[in-house]
Amino acid sequence: MTSHSAAELVRLDASAMAGALRAGEVSSVELTQAHLDRIAEVDGPVESGVHAFLHVDAEGALARARELDAARSRGEELHELAGVPVAVKDVMVTRGMPSTAGSRMLEGWVPPYDATVVEQMRAAGLVTLGKTNMDEFAMGSSTEHSAFGPTRNPWAADRIPGGSGGGSAAALAAFEAPLATGTDTGGSIRQPAAVTGTVGVKPTYGGVSRYGLIALASSLDQGGPCARTVLDTALLHEVMGGHDPRDSTSLTDPVPAVVAAAREGARGDLTGVRVGVVREMGRAGHDEGYQAGVLARFEEALDHLRAAGAEVVEVGCPNVEHALGAYYLILPSEASSNLARYDGMRYGLRVVPADVDPAEVTAEQVMAATRAEGFGPEAKRRIILGTYALSSGYYDAYYGSAQKIRTLVQRDFDAAFEQVDVLVSPTAPTTAFRLGEKLDDPLAMYRGDVATIPANLAGIPGMSLPVGLAPEDGLPVGLQLLAPAREDARLYRVGAALEARLHAQWGGKLLDRVPDWTAASTTGAPA
Amino acid sequence: MSTSSTPDLVAYDDAVARFDPVVGLEVHVELNTATKMFSPAPTEFGAEPNTQVDPTSLGLPGSMPVLNAKAVESAIRMGLALNCSIAAECRFARKNYFYPDMPKNFQTSQYDEPIAFDGWLDVDVPANEAGEPAFTHRVEIERAHMEEDTGKSSHVGGATGRIHGAEYSLVDYNRAGIPLIEIVTRPITGAGPRVGEVARAYVATLRDLLKGLDVSDVKMEQGSMRCDVNLSLRDSPESRLGTRTETKNVNSLRSVERAVRYEVSRQAAVLLDGGSVLQETRHWHEDTGLTTSGRIKSDADDYRYFPEPDLVPVAPDPAWVEELRAALPEPPAARRRRLQGEWGLTDLDMRDLLNAGALDLVEATVVLGAPPAAARKWWTGELGRAANTRGTSLEELPVTPAQVAQLQALVDGGKLNDKLARQVLEHVLDGEGDPQQVVDARGLAVVSDDGALLAAVDEALAANPDVAGKIRDGKVQAAGAIVGAVMKATRGSADAARVRELVLERVASGA
Repeated sequence: MTSHSAAELVRLDASAMAGALRAGEVSSVELTQAHLDRIAEVDGPVESGVHAFLHVDAEGALARARELDAARSRGEELHELAGVPVAVKDVMVTRGMPSTAGSRMLEGWVPPYDATVVEQMRAAGLVTLGKTNMDEFAMGSSTEHSAFGPTRNPWAADRIPGGSGGGSAAALAAFEAPLATGTDTGGSIRQPAAVTGTVGVKPTYGGVSRYGLIALASSLDQGGPCARTVLDTALLHEVMGGHDPRDSTSLTDPVPAVVAAAREGARGDLTGVRVGVVREMGRAGHDEGYQAGVLARFEEALDHLRAAGAEVVEVGCPNVEHALGAYYLILPSEASSNLARYDGMRYGLRVVPADVDPAEVTAEQVMAATRAEGFGPEAKRRIILGTYALSSGYYDAYYGSAQKIRTLVQRDFDAAFEQVDVLVSPTAPTTAFRLGEKLDDPLAMYRGDVATIPANLAGIPGMSLPVGLAPEDGLPVGLQLLAPAREDARLYRVGAALEARLHAQWGGKLLDRVPDWTAASTTGAPA
Repeated sequence: MSTSSTPDLVAYDDAVARFDPVVGLEVHVELNTATKMFSPAPTEFGAEPNTQVDPTSLGLPGSMPVLNAKAVESAIRMGLALNCSIAAECRFARKNYFYPDMPKNFQTSQYDEPIAFDGWLDVDVPANEAGEPAFTHRVEIERAHMEEDTGKSSHVGGATGRIHGAEYSLVDYNRAGIPLIEIVTRPITGAGPRVGEVARAYVATLRDLLKGLDVSDVKMEQGSMRCDVNLSLRDSPESRLGTRTETKNVNSLRSVERAVRYEVSRQAAVLLDGGSVLQETRHWHEDTGLTTSGRIKSDADDYRYFPEPDLVPVAPDPAWVEELRAALPEPPAARRRRLQGEWGLTDLDMRDLLNAGALDLVEATVVLGAPPAAARKWWTGELGRAANTRGTSLEELPVTPAQVAQLQALVDGGKLNDKLARQVLEHVLDGEGDPQQVVDARGLAVVSDDGALLAAVDEALAANPDVAGKIRDGKVQAAGAIVGAVMKATRGSADAARVRELVLERVASGA
């Protein structure tokens, strides 16, 4: 009954897939199978494939697709996205399906429960294809810190796909999944979106339940949607959002009407919208480390916003320059505590030290050996940093001071949003860097998150969407939109308007230009 | 210097003559909520290991805490009953340390923002065996804060059941996440030689207070109330506080007093020997009445506290707090004084009643209509013995105040005499139902029907003609033998006084 080839099917937007399902042009089983085939084609092997997935649940996905097809044939009322596949970041626990958070520590652990967002997606009829690769416990900006090998950027196989959610972003860009989930603690949704030419949103803190999301830094972590278009992202956002009584920090507000905002924005009219360009994020005098092609594409996007009727002004948020330092105290502090539970006593990896008589081994020795072997170098680095920062006598100087900066960053944003409706910046200072390029220089890696981190400190929502390819390397550039807390809908309205204009300019989507995976093994040629 | 080199103990009286002892108490109370502090897992005591758990109380990856509102209510009511201020807003903190019975390797607790603080409790210290009089001591409460309990490790194999030498250890997480309130006193000064009695009376008073609030089972033997005793000595009440030791898990009232006395004697010996007391935790040994050195407390204990980011601050509505305050039960000490007056009891009567743990039961029985003296007699007499025999507490006996009140009503109504009433009570304890049901089923009521009695009297007189002759000759006291025979024949169900009247009547009338 299908009128689409499998190759065409996987390139459709999620909303188009949903339309084809509703129209009976395709079944969920066919759609799911097409994605499983695509995954089989490009995702492996670990050494050279995209490696977006850590676990593919073909059987479970097809079984669920069959259920949904049957429900549809019975005439049951289904959610708009019912039958559409989704890839789930491995940081979200899934009942009966491995959930490692990219760590050796949780290898083999099968959770006995579902994260709230997983329940919500299941209730909406989304078909879970599997779990996507990520930096270990979401610590990293390249997915190279995954214990199970890096993910490759579908635009260029020797480039990083961003991180920590590189698996989800790469799955979208490689047409292995039309929708994916992410978590964003300092940019882990937005930066991968930027470097893969996809869309990702970090909702307002509390907008998406954290229950069942393996915690990195509780006060910064936020789950959110990833997709290839602003509208698709909005559709998934509305599925994932909403109050959860199992998460005390969950907002009680209704889910913002982001789909309506995306549809309104797609008309391309931003008359009366005030857009603030954050001076400290790449403007003249604050552009050290920013790639020329990134800034060029960003400038063009500002022109599009003006052309759509928006008023574009420059605003100052001086304290965002201190955000990186504050973030790298708060995050490791909370992480050192959140990761303490991985000790080999209850689940996951358990290492009995080889140099101790097994009859004499103590719990402490097993804990130490398990943590020494189970955590990778980045996790250890941050646990040590955080343990130190929280130590008696250092707390005020480190954690306490960082919290003060956090307040100052929030105030800067509050003041900025009195002048403008949304803020914009490049999402990341550069396009995707080469695998291995920054592995030995953690600070260089950390600096890549300079524009995304402030939103997490302030709890405000942010979106990254593609605004073109950098001329010097032909790799995607992302623009970041920021809005006040609870005003997630503004991101979608402005983002959809900009996207519509860019699509018109490009005569299609940026991802239409992603090279065929087999041809993507080299990089550097100007677009 | 090593802690194991404690010189010989100094006699307690000598120690308190030389030093001024200061005690402080940290009491952990498990709340009796149906679910855990931060999750919907159930809290049944004594269930199969690892059955009262859920993702949050096991600390599974991704799990999150949600504060139990009932536990907050209980904490506030406790704080109010302890005359504390209630925080307008307070946060939880993470206390980070690694231990296998801690599912997350941090305990969610309150650190510098307790829910209740700056209170006091007046403690009635009874007269003691040495004849020193009763007195009331005001204990200042520093804070009461909320936290979660840990799991429980048991160490299998090895001689002592301790971790050292064990073959393996098991962890039961049923207790992990049970709501705890920790109540911390300020240093209790001014008790002098009676410091141990004050400490004991404080814990007893606190236990009664919490029982009255119905927030906890407060069973020290089951660990739902656990006590740590801090003790230090100083030269005089004017001196600065000395170095204190913290004796953990002193879990009976008697042990609280013993542990205080032991530490007074031990520390005095250390000080008089020219040594200094180490700041350390010490283990209490119930069997020997000794404390032994545990862990040295030092700056190395760094729990890396920071505010719990998974919970929002607790900000109780002041109007709600006032509602809770208004609904607090009468404090136990005030209630005891009131009941003692209403029931006309001597101090000694009252102490016996309290020692028997019978106050609530007697009050309930009185409320149901029994005269106070009778209610007290049943609970401290017959039922006290029954409880002893069965090795249970009065409360656990299978008899209710309502049944005792009914029993007494039958006595007062002349339906039962004392002896019969005791029999009926036995049958009630054996599960045969209410007293009236037992009376009906077993026909145990006093026989006052003259017709039935006369037949028994005539039979007894006929069987004992010589006795009948003596009575007829004026030896009225000989009637006792006939009365006894009748009572025996009626299995005690007759009214003995009436039987005697009938015997004399029948003899006089020439029967």
